[in-house]
Amino acid sequence: MNMPTDPHQPLDAARWYDLFSRGARDWLRHDEKVRESVRKHLPQIVAGGDLITGGARTVRVPMKMLEHYHFRLRRPEESQGAGQGKVKPGDVFADPAQTGGSGEKGPGGREEGEVQLLLELKIDDIVDWLWEEMQLPNLKARAGPSEESEWVREGWDRRGARSRLDRRRSFKELVKRRGAPGAIPTFTDEDLRYRQLARRRRPAMRAAVFFLLDVSGSMSDRDRKLAKTFFFWTVQGLRREYRSLETVFVAHTTEAWEFSEPEFFQVSGSGGTVASTGFAKVREIIQDRYHPATCNIYLFYASDGDNSVGDSAEAREGLAAIAADACFTGYVEVSTGLSRQLDTETGRLFAELAAAGGATGSYALIDFEDVWGAVRHFFSAESRAAEGA
Amino acid sequence: MSEATWQDYVQRIEELATRSGLSFHRVEFEAVPDSFMMEIAVYGLPVRMPHWSFGLRYIYQLIQRHMGHSRLFEVVFPGNPGHAYLASGNGLAENVLVTAHVLGHADFSRNNLLFQRCQRQVSEHIVEHAANHARQIQQAIETQGMERVETVLDAALALEQHIDVDQELRRPRYPQYIEAVKVIADDQFRKRFAALEPTAAPAGAEIKKRAPVPPHPERDLLWFVAQYAPEMESWERDIFLAVREESFYFYPVFATQIMNEGWASYWHARLLREADFIPQQAYLDAVKCHSDVVRPVAADSQVALGLNPYHLGFSMWEKIVEEEGMDGALAIRAQDDDFGFIRNHLTRELADELELFRYSARDGQIRVLEPDLNALHEAILAPKYNFGAPTVVAQHIRADGTLELVHDHTLDGRGLDLERSRRVLDYLQRVWRRPVLLTTVNQAGLVLELTAP
Repeated sequence: MNMPTDPHQPLDAARWYDLFSRGARDWLRHDEKVRESVRKHLPQIVAGGDLITGGARTVRVPMKMLEHYHFRLRRPEESQGAGQGKVKPGDVFADPAQTGGSGEKGPGGREEGEVQLLLELKIDDIVDWLWEEMQLPNLKARAGPSEESEWVREGWDRRGARSRLDRRRSFKELVKRRGAPGAIPTFTDEDLRYRQLARRRRPAMRAAVFFLLDVSGSMSDRDRKLAKTFFFWTVQGLRREYRSLETVFVAHTTEAWEFSEPEFFQVSGSGGTVASTGFAKVREIIQDRYHPATCNIYLFYASDGDNSVGDSAEAREGLAAIAADACFTGYVEVSTGLSRQLDTETGRLFAELAAAGGATGSYALIDFEDVWGAVRHFFSAESRAAEGA
Repeated sequence: MSEATWQDYVQRIEELATRSGLSFHRVEFEAVPDSFMMEIAVYGLPVRMPHWSFGLRYIYQLIQRHMGHSRLFEVVFPGNPGHAYLASGNGLAENVLVTAHVLGHADFSRNNLLFQRCQRQVSEHIVEHAANHARQIQQAIETQGMERVETVLDAALALEQHIDVDQELRRPRYPQYIEAVKVIADDQFRKRFAALEPTAAPAGAEIKKRAPVPPHPERDLLWFVAQYAPEMESWERDIFLAVREESFYFYPVFATQIMNEGWASYWHARLLREADFIPQQAYLDAVKCHSDVVRPVAADSQVALGLNPYHLGFSMWEKIVEEEGMDGALAIRAQDDDFGFIRNHLTRELADELELFRYSARDGQIRVLEPDLNALHEAILAPKYNFGAPTVVAQHIRADGTLELVHDHTLDGRGLDLERSRRVLDYLQRVWRRPVLLTTVNQAGLVLELTAP
């Protein structure tokens, strides 16, 4: 390619613009701001219930580009403009700015097309943002067979694996040894320092979290999806926080079954609601596998609260038994109605438990936008402190 | 193309232009990659302050280019010497054309009175000034942090069109005190009054009265905020003034776009015709390129709902030179801006010849209106009124520091876009650091007051 240069003055300036794009820099800043705003509006994004089905680790969120606002006149109902072409007064045609076609746009067309940005977010990132400062309530160290151990960096040695060579440290050694300035520094084996790893043991915080879902006929598809979305983010977040976390998934109608995680998020059912069967199943699993003395137990139950009337006493008993062993029980009521009263059969069960001083909490989940509210309600330290639980 | 050929042509085109009556400062040419050309178009200046909104424009520009919309051949900055950037992808023919075009711009910016006035104020080195602003702001980012600088730039750039070009760039603050009313000596009444028995002047009559701020509705919002914001830090005021200075530079470019592009197009066409030293093939290529540039509407459409300023200006200048001679044309290029140019020189005949029409858009329908020359002029000029911005003035500062802005809806014909206005008030409030208040009208024409926070 030929590069004409200034005919009057040969150009020898450094071509900084070959190395640096201001447009790209400012675009990145815009992008950063979009991400910041995504972060602020995360609850609405969490709402996208479709996340939980696919195994993908990313989620795509369509975002509007930001706008830098200026004073503008209100869009008039009728606007006038000047155009060019073969037309007669009185001719009428469709406004390309509104029909979306750009074919008829002249140079300097009327409207700037709106461009949407498809932002790809890692689920892990979202969980990171969401779960900052979140934790399991009432987690206690339990004596147990499994003690966790981990490798931590500790000290330096003159021998070690190449990958653990500490360059900065080695260089310091070189400088120390060489003393006087001036000579060309050369490394000897003496200078090299390797990071050492040491094994640390710590008592296990073993925890088992039970997710119990009502899948009876009275739960609509939307209700189930809402509950599962809550469970999904809870599972994601808890996994991130606690490495040795065991999760148990149980669903019930008039009977109860344990599911694997993927199955659980697909499950649907029909028939009546007998909550006690679910509680019984949970107790059975606790007795089989998780002794309360060695394990922190949590139960989160999602239901529309419509337990069958005859089951009241049994459900109360079942719940009380679990609560006695559990660190915390949570109840998420999925309600389509507008009331957040939690004034249902099951709602009352948990209210009684709370009144009796049990470690428990309830949350009414009405819309997808409430999902984050629910997560925060159960897992943020402050919100529980405020509640006095 | 060989560089030698092009350099040789530049010299000869310059000579030809001078002989034809153009007068311009020396122009320094520089070939830069397309990507850099695009950035110049986005920022309006080769080096300009960083702000995310430019990133946004950059992406739109990238998309445009992707769709094959626009290709930039040159960008020229007025000054002494002028700077012209050419796309390094240009061929010889394109560069010959572009050189002639650039000389047209150089002549325009040197001789047009509006340009002269603004350049006198901004100096002839806007490119260097803007780069200096960019450096200052970069330093501010380092010392104050990105967030704080961005807060200031959000507000300043949102108000970038709100300057008063009739004022000086370096404008003194308002007088602090109201000047005593001058007594007119030969006033009959006063003479007789003075002849009466003198009484002692009441004590304290000499106390000067503080002038209100602002003493009159103030359109120069960037200046006003920089001068009178109750708690702005000096680096923040500097940013407002830097943005204002760049706006002073941009105003003539904006307000003479049709004339200026038309003038440059007229001259590249004319110089090309007269440049007999250019080989036939290069000439033909250049003419082809010219016809692309001044093409009236997008090739694939019969009707356009906008005008190509190159085409409109070019056609008008051809007519003017034909009818009023070169001296007349040179006088017009010196004295007019687009408002005078369109209103005085876009005649009925020419509008018909160019098939210009006026339309109204309503409910997704475009209706072509009856021809009306004056209304057509105004339809073309409407986007250019007041630097393309609504008329918003600073009216009053309350005792508690609250800033009162007023939108002149009678002048603009309708109220402001409320959502956007609120956002702008938000920006502004963060640097004003006291409440900011704006009066406009809503859809029903009722007076409405927006406040931030």
